Amino acid sequence: MSDTMEKKVVVIDGQEVALNGEKNILEVAKKANIDIPTFCYHSDLSVYGACRMCLVEVEGRGLMPSCSTPPEPGMVIRTSTARVLEARKTILELYLANHDRDCTVCERNLNCRLQEMAARMGIKEVRFGERKEKVPKDTSTFSLVRDPNRCILCGDCVRACREIEGIGIYDFTLRGPRAQVEPAFGKKLSEVECVYCGQCAIRCPTAALVVRSEVDKAWEAVLSKEKFVVAQIAPAVRVAVGEAFGLPPGEITTGKIVAALKKIGFDRVYDTSFSADLTVLEEAEEFFRRLQKGERLPQFTSCCPSWVVYAERNYPFYLEHLSSARSPQQMFGSVIKHFVTRLENIPREQIVSVSIMPCVAKKFEARRPEYVHDEIPDVDIVLSAQETIRMIKSANIDFKELEPVPFDVPLSAGSGAGVLFGVTGGVTEAVLRYAYERLTGKELKEVEFKGIRGLESVREAEVDFDGRTVKVAIVHGLARAQQLIREVREGKRYYDFIEVMNCPGGCIGGGGMPLGYPDYLAVLRKRAEGLYNADRLSVVRKAQDNPAIKFLYEQWLKHPGSEVAEEHLHTRYRSRRRISNEIIRIQEAKSSQKVDVAVCVGTSCYLKGSYNLLQELLRLVKEYRVEDKVSIGATFCLERCSQGPNIRVNDAVISGVREENLRDIFEREIFSKVKE
Amino acid sequence: MEEVTQEVTLERRFEKVNAILEKHAYNPSNLVGILQEVQEEYRYLPEEILTYIATALGVSPAYVYGVATFYAQFSLKPKGKHIIRVCDGTACHVKGSSAVLKYVREYLGLREGEDTTRDLLFTVETVACIGACALAPAMMVNEDVYGLLTEDKVKEILERYEEGREGTDGV
Amino acid sequence: MVFKDRASLENTVLELKAKAKKKRVLVCGGLGCLAKGAQKVFDLLVERLAIEKLDIQVEKLEEELHHPVKTGCMGLCEAGPLVMIEPQGILYLRVKPEDVAEIVEETLKKGEIVERLVYQEEENGRRATWPLMKDVPFYRKQVKVVLRNCGSIDPESLEDYLVRDGYLALAKVITEMSPDEVIGEITKSGLRGRGGGGFPTGRKWQFARVVKADRKYIICNGDEGDPGAFMDRSVMEGDPHSVVEGMAIAGYAIGAQEGYIYVRAEYPLAVRRLKKAIQDARSAGLLGQNILGTSFSFDIVIREGAGAFVCGEETALIASIEGKRGMPNPRPPYPANKGLWGKPTVINNVETLANVPVIILRGAEWFRSFGTLTSPGTKTFALAGKVKNTGLVEVPMGITIRELVFDIGGGIQNDRPFKAIQIGGPSGGCLTETHLDLPIDYDSLCSAGAIMGSGGLIVLDEDTCIVEVARFFMNFTQNESCGKCVPCREGTKHMLSLLQRVVDGKATTEDLELLERTATVVKDASLCGLGKTAPNPVLTTLRYFRDEYLDHVLQRVCPAHVCQAMKEYVIDPEKCRSCGKCARVCPVSCISGRPKVPYLIDQNQCIKCGSCFEACPFDAIMVNWRRKNHE
Repeated sequence: MSDTMEKKVVVIDGQEVALNGEKNILEVAKKANIDIPTFCYHSDLSVYGACRMCLVEVEGRGLMPSCSTPPEPGMVIRTSTARVLEARKTILELYLANHDRDCTVCERNLNCRLQEMAARMGIKEVRFGERKEKVPKDTSTFSLVRDPNRCILCGDCVRACREIEGIGIYDFTLRGPRAQVEPAFGKKLSEVECVYCGQCAIRCPTAALVVRSEVDKAWEAVLSKEKFVVAQIAPAVRVAVGEAFGLPPGEITTGKIVAALKKIGFDRVYDTSFSADLTVLEEAEEFFRRLQKGERLPQFTSCCPSWVVYAERNYPFYLEHLSSARSPQQMFGSVIKHFVTRLENIPREQIVSVSIMPCVAKKFEARRPEYVHDEIPDVDIVLSAQETIRMIKSANIDFKELEPVPFDVPLSAGSGAGVLFGVTGGVTEAVLRYAYERLTGKELKEVEFKGIRGLESVREAEVDFDGRTVKVAIVHGLARAQQLIREVREGKRYYDFIEVMNCPGGCIGGGGMPLGYPDYLAVLRKRAEGLYNADRLSVVRKAQDNPAIKFLYEQWLKHPGSEVAEEHLHTRYRSRRRISNEIIRIQEAKSSQKVDVAVCVGTSCYLKGSYNLLQELLRLVKEYRVEDKVSIGATFCLERCSQGPNIRVNDAVISGVREENLRDIFEREIFSKVKE
Repeated sequence: MEEVTQEVTLERRFEKVNAILEKHAYNPSNLVGILQEVQEEYRYLPEEILTYIATALGVSPAYVYGVATFYAQFSLKPKGKHIIRVCDGTACHVKGSSAVLKYVREYLGLREGEDTTRDLLFTVETVACIGACALAPAMMVNEDVYGLLTEDKVKEILERYEEGREGTDGV
Repeated sequence: MVFKDRASLENTVLELKAKAKKKRVLVCGGLGCLAKGAQKVFDLLVERLAIEKLDIQVEKLEEELHHPVKTGCMGLCEAGPLVMIEPQGILYLRVKPEDVAEIVEETLKKGEIVERLVYQEEENGRRATWPLMKDVPFYRKQVKVVLRNCGSIDPESLEDYLVRDGYLALAKVITEMSPDEVIGEITKSGLRGRGGGGFPTGRKWQFARVVKADRKYIICNGDEGDPGAFMDRSVMEGDPHSVVEGMAIAGYAIGAQEGYIYVRAEYPLAVRRLKKAIQDARSAGLLGQNILGTSFSFDIVIREGAGAFVCGEETALIASIEGKRGMPNPRPPYPANKGLWGKPTVINNVETLANVPVIILRGAEWFRSFGTLTSPGTKTFALAGKVKNTGLVEVPMGITIRELVFDIGGGIQNDRPFKAIQIGGPSGGCLTETHLDLPIDYDSLCSAGAIMGSGGLIVLDEDTCIVEVARFFMNFTQNESCGKCVPCREGTKHMLSLLQRVVDGKATTEDLELLERTATVVKDASLCGLGKTAPNPVLTTLRYFRDEYLDHVLQRVCPAHVCQAMKEYVIDPEKCRSCGKCARVCPVSCISGRPKVPYLIDQNQCIKCGSCFEACPFDAIMVNWRRKNHE
């Protein structure tokens, strides 16, 4: 046996590259600083192989897709032969021929992968004509705009929603040139199970899925003389805005952002880390109360609006377990509209509260009726990081050259713990920093809980609080969270406290953040590092030490969990239906004066035996000979999931229907109406 | 078409859907087979039934819709009792299948864009090839194959189905 | 019967052979013959024979009459219904119910031939007849390996299959051969995938064999979707057990426990026959747990397709079985490594599997005695189009196109000149007169730019417009494209519209160039075989029939008189009475004229709808095909 190791090498564009476990040619090329174009490849999604942009010529094998072909020692690869170039150009033309090419008035102008590739390949004409079809845009949600005219059918949104979210509201439909990507039955986003997170939008290579912009409203507010515009900037935003201005991801540009906003005309600029600290206190105290009583555990965090709406639709049994604390955005909204008004002596109607968020689901959250009082929302406008960047650009500001400006007093200070909210595990770490001192009475010297940091999708920790061991879990990515929750439900795992973030990486991976192309995971890591650095640079690193927080409690809230706190900083949740109202008609009454009965066969009721009830009802109707006066159907959700099985009789919902009481209910609620 | 749809749905029993799901062990891998049996029962795939199937199987409605619209066999609109498939394969095409299609549609009084007769008795489709090339031009009505078609033969065959005298004698 | 071990199987086979009826009257139950009334013929025969049996039973008990059998496809579909009488091997064509009585009287009872029902050809007033099937020109050059039982057994009878050494190969394999030996034999035989790819079967099995996995699968691809192909259908309907046995042997070779047969939904009879075959095999202990008392367990499930041609592609087929949209996936990974549910999977065509049992029984050497060095064995073809004898044939590889078309096919209908032959369906190409002496095997066809495909062969004469043929296939492929990758989804769409322009007489030479360049990219860059081969008809016809394209483009002439846009409607000035009816019905108002002056159709505006032609009460409008300008 010879001593020399067999060199595992491939040759790519004349360069020898050693193989080191790369799973595809694309990764090997990256090592050699060769940038092979792709539309449908994302390192955190499954391989799809459809866009055909990444084709390379492999000696002896012809054109192969580099995203899905594993490298083999000895391969000779060329990324720009005549054959490849002809293919790439023609393919681009084919894409462009079916695309709305109005770039100058497009959301993604100068930020679009298709546009970029066309420019890179020097496309001067599209020999295949223009797209004639015009399909209307879907603007049915507050968070996203879907434009099918710009879709290139790369399937990134399909896989993102299926694999990262575990929901799958999109799929390919039909076939061939008629194929499309759309929600079920071509419904609008607001009619399906979308949680408004925007993970699809940050992966879309074109303008088929974009953030719904509120920039115009924001301009209107700052330019109006009467309005007093107050902004709050979320932690995650500060390490990403710079990316749009040539700064590296993770660079903390907080001061510049404040400076820019002030230049634009915002009257006050505050830090959401402040209200994050509030959240820490309110939520932690709630947690201790539950720990003491041993009830409503595990406690789930509730600052992620996509997670909350998902839980409302799917986990009726856990609604009481969600923390009643509002998210930092909404807490600050309350503070602005109920405390800052007093502080600044400005009537509520004049204040416009704008939040600057990494998230687009926050646009949905701000409009939840619980957070609107007398038709005035606590948060009027939610601007994603992307929109903020656009606003800064349109204000002619040279961001890089700005002198940093501090937040406004007195609500300026956010502790390092509050800043960590922007990364997965941050909320938990912030709570633990508070919990330790609160429960042990001792000072916490080592503030960094490194064990719960990192980007693995599930992390656990056991913390000793005054003799009692508390188990916490941190999960990010909704699909992964669903898995974890299933195991908790089945009793395979147990935790006292679970932090759930919809977006991978936490808020730094939010749907409103700049698109981290080409290496998304590296960008996420840098942003996380940025936040950890911001924490280290903070003077105050624990929420309880924040003087501004002490000030707020003294002046307004009194103490965590007080009546005032309950009213303004806490909330309740309710069951929501997943599927818009559809009825399966099983028996139709002939008479015009009929009783309309629908049995819920949504998951929760179904699992409680509603199907058998349906059968029983059909039998009862026959037994009482009222087939021609009673219509029976099956429906999907009557939104009383925890009290099911539910049935609807005309307009009233009756809960807790069981085999034992069905006959009674039938006679009392249905048969009686027939006799009338 | 609305009232007719409801009538068709009501004739079927919702129980059948559950029986079909049970038979396939609620396994999403069996989705194609499940949809085939449900379509046989309802003669098409109603939207709310597809949503129900998605819920029962634990997959997203978009996924079921995507599968239902991919395969040519599935129809999301009601289909007739007798499915006429006019073959447009190479051999048949060469021997005049477009004319056959025209005769059939004319006889049934179908307008442009319509594929199913109002009384839901017939649906007309073209298929790529039914493997009866030696008898071109050919068509299938349900499972029976008819070949060497002329305008008269088409009339005769369709009359038979209308009068309920189905079955093939060849021809 | 239940077989507990190999010995009991072999004994039963011997017994059945001894008891097998020598005198049989076989009625072809293939699709073509059934549609022409074969069922009635068969029923009448059964009726007559029953009556005769009664009479004879009264008179002479020892004289046995023929046993009637409804078989699978006999092949000469053009001339169905077909009836064959054994043991002589007499073949009757175009048998009608009225002929049954005569057949029974003359042939079955007296052994005399009914002349008018046998195969005959007329040449220069002389009539030649071939009463015996083995002599008939259509059958003479055929070698029935895959179709060995098709047309001579009752496909619904396990016993009939056993009489033909059924399941003896499986028994041999699982009792005295190791999986490696089985793979060795198949590899030695040189069997190549008969679905069109031509990949060496033994090698494919070997790939799957070496992968370590807890489960492996065999899939039989019965999704024969090529328009004009019905070979696999005939095998599944006519000899389903051969497929079952082949799969079981393949399963043993690679270490699979479960097999799937994926049959397209348009073949309900094939599904029924296969289900019955599987059921019968299971009941007899030839499928299921511990087959023939060995430790080998294997069972088969049938899955039906739902109308998607693309599901004939391996990875799309797998997706379909997994309950998904039938969209293909990039390869690598190959199914033999990661296939159905991520497990090693071998997908073989129906015909490939039907070859397996007979290769095991008669040996690789025997198999290699047919065909060529690189393409041993035989191939089934569906011969269709403008040839005299259309139907199902099986020939040794290496036979020339000429032999196939003229000797077996009997030449072009009405003895017209041969124009082209389309091989391989929508994935294949057109070959010309110059290729008539090309041997039919994988490699020769490939170098000529065509592919073997699954076996569809369409013979074209002068009345076929080659451009229209290319357009027809492109239209088919477009409808069946799954839409996943852009070259196929958009590329074929544009290719189709370019071809449509040619056919409509609106194309330019730039269009032709764009068509060719796009075709090359679609071929190079598509994700799966459907897209990669979709341009073949266009590329081969451009290669061999460029002139015909140029006639359409430069002269707006369709030499075959097929493309309607190349017609001209011209008003005969002699006959025109200036009534103006034509102008009134013209949808584009391109007819002008005044009273007493003959009306004129503006050819540049005319959309060739023919309304004027229908409206003219004086027959004054002529329909002419444009002619080439001979400079």
